[in-house]
Amino acid sequence: MTGGGKPIWSAGLILAVIAAVCTSLVALTYSMTKARIVANEQAWLEQSLQPALAGVAYDNNLIEATLTIPLPHELPGNDPVLVYRAVLENEPVAAIFVVTALDGFSGPIRLLIGIDAAGIVTASRVLKHNETPGLGDFIDSTKSDWIDQFEDKSLSAPDRLLWALGRDGGEFDQVTGASITSRAALKAIKETLLYFEANQESVFAGL
Amino acid sequence: MSGMQSIRKALWDENPGLVQLLGLCPLLAVTSTFVNGLGLGLATIVVLTCSNILVSATRQWLRSEIRIPTYVLIIASLVTCMELLFEAYFPALDRSLGIFIPLIVTNCAILARAEIFASKHRVVPSMIDGIGMGLGFGLLLCAIGAFREFIGHGTVLSRLDMLFGGGPFAGLTILDSPFLLAILPPGAFFSLALAVAGKNVIDRRRKRAAGFRLSI
Repeated sequence: MTGGGKPIWSAGLILAVIAAVCTSLVALTYSMTKARIVANEQAWLEQSLQPALAGVAYDNNLIEATLTIPLPHELPGNDPVLVYRAVLENEPVAAIFVVTALDGFSGPIRLLIGIDAAGIVTASRVLKHNETPGLGDFIDSTKSDWIDQFEDKSLSAPDRLLWALGRDGGEFDQVTGASITSRAALKAIKETLLYFEANQESVFAGL
Repeated sequence: MSGMQSIRKALWDENPGLVQLLGLCPLLAVTSTFVNGLGLGLATIVVLTCSNILVSATRQWLRSEIRIPTYVLIIASLVTCMELLFEAYFPALDRSLGIFIPLIVTNCAILARAEIFASKHRVVPSMIDGIGMGLGFGLLLCAIGAFREFIGHGTVLSRLDMLFGGGPFAGLTILDSPFLLAILPPGAFFSLALAVAGKNVIDRRRKRAAGFRLSI
C-alpha cells in the first residue's frame, strides 16, 4: 500500500486504469437497462395521464392521439414536446403537455400539464424531479397538495400579470425555503398556458 | 476470526447504525415505511459487499496516495449501476426512495469498511464483512421502518408490491388512530434513539448477568 520511492505518475496510471474499468462497468449496465428504463418511464407517464385530466370527460384513446411539437418552440425545456389530446364526440376537449422545467433547484423537473379547450388548467403532475427531499419535493403530488392550487386556473383568472408567487407580487403560494422550485413549476405552467393560448388551433389540428 | 463471529459482530457488537452511528442520513430519511427500509437495505448490502470485494481484490496495487479516490470511484460506479438497475426493475420503489439511492454513495459506512477492513484483508473475509455490515445496517433500516410505519400509519407491510410486484398492496391496518409524529422527521430521531437505548439496556443486562455468574 505504501508508495515508497515510486514516481507519482504510476499512481496516476493506476487511477486512470481503475477509472476506465469503473466507467465501462457503468456503461455496460446503462446499455443493458436502457430499454427497460425507457419503457418504465413511458408506463408511468401513461398512468399519470388520467390524474392530469381530472374532471374532463373524453372518449378517445389518449395514447393514440399524440402530437410532437418540434424545436424551436416557446414551451419550457430544450426537447421536442409530446402532447396527448383528449376528444369527446369528435370535439377536442383537452391537451396534456409533457414539458421539462430546466430552472429547478437541482436538475430538470418533468411535468404533465393538462389544459382544457377553454384554456383552464385541469391538473398538473410532476413525473420526475431531483429536488431536495423534505424541502423541494413538495411539487410531487404524493408529498403535498401544493401543485393542486393550479387546478381550475387560467390566464384570465387570476390575471396573467398575477401569475407569480406571492413573494413576487402574484397570486400563488410558495413554499418557504424553496422558492426556486416553486417558481420553476409555476413558470412552466404559465409558459405552457401562453403557448396553448397562441397555438390552440395547431395543438388540436388533425383530430 | 471465523465468518460467523464476524457476522455476529457486524450485526450486534459493531452494528454500523446502532454502534458506529454511520450512514444516519439515509437511515433517518427513508425509514418511514418497512418497504422503503427493506429496499434501501438491500441496495446497501449489495453495494457494500461489491465494494468490499473490489477494494480487497485491488488492494495490492493501491498506493496510499490514491486509495481514497479509488474507493470513491468504485463506490460511485457501483451506486450508479444500482440506481440504473432500480430504475429498470423496481420503478415504483425507485420513485419512492428517490434521491436516496444515489445518496448511498455518501453512506460513510461503506467508505469506512473499505478503509478499515477491505483494504487490509483478503477477498473472502472482506466479502463476509460486507454482507455482515450490510445486513446489520439493513436489518436496522427494516426494524425502524416497520416501527415507524406501525406507529405513524397504523399499517404493517404496506406497498410490498413495490419490491415484489403485483397490484398495489395497502398492507394490514392494525391501529385506527395512528400517531403521525412517528413518520415525520422527529419521529425518525426518536425511533433511532429508542433503538440505541434498547441495545444498550440489553447489553448492560447481559453484562450484569455475566458478572453475577463470575462472582458465584
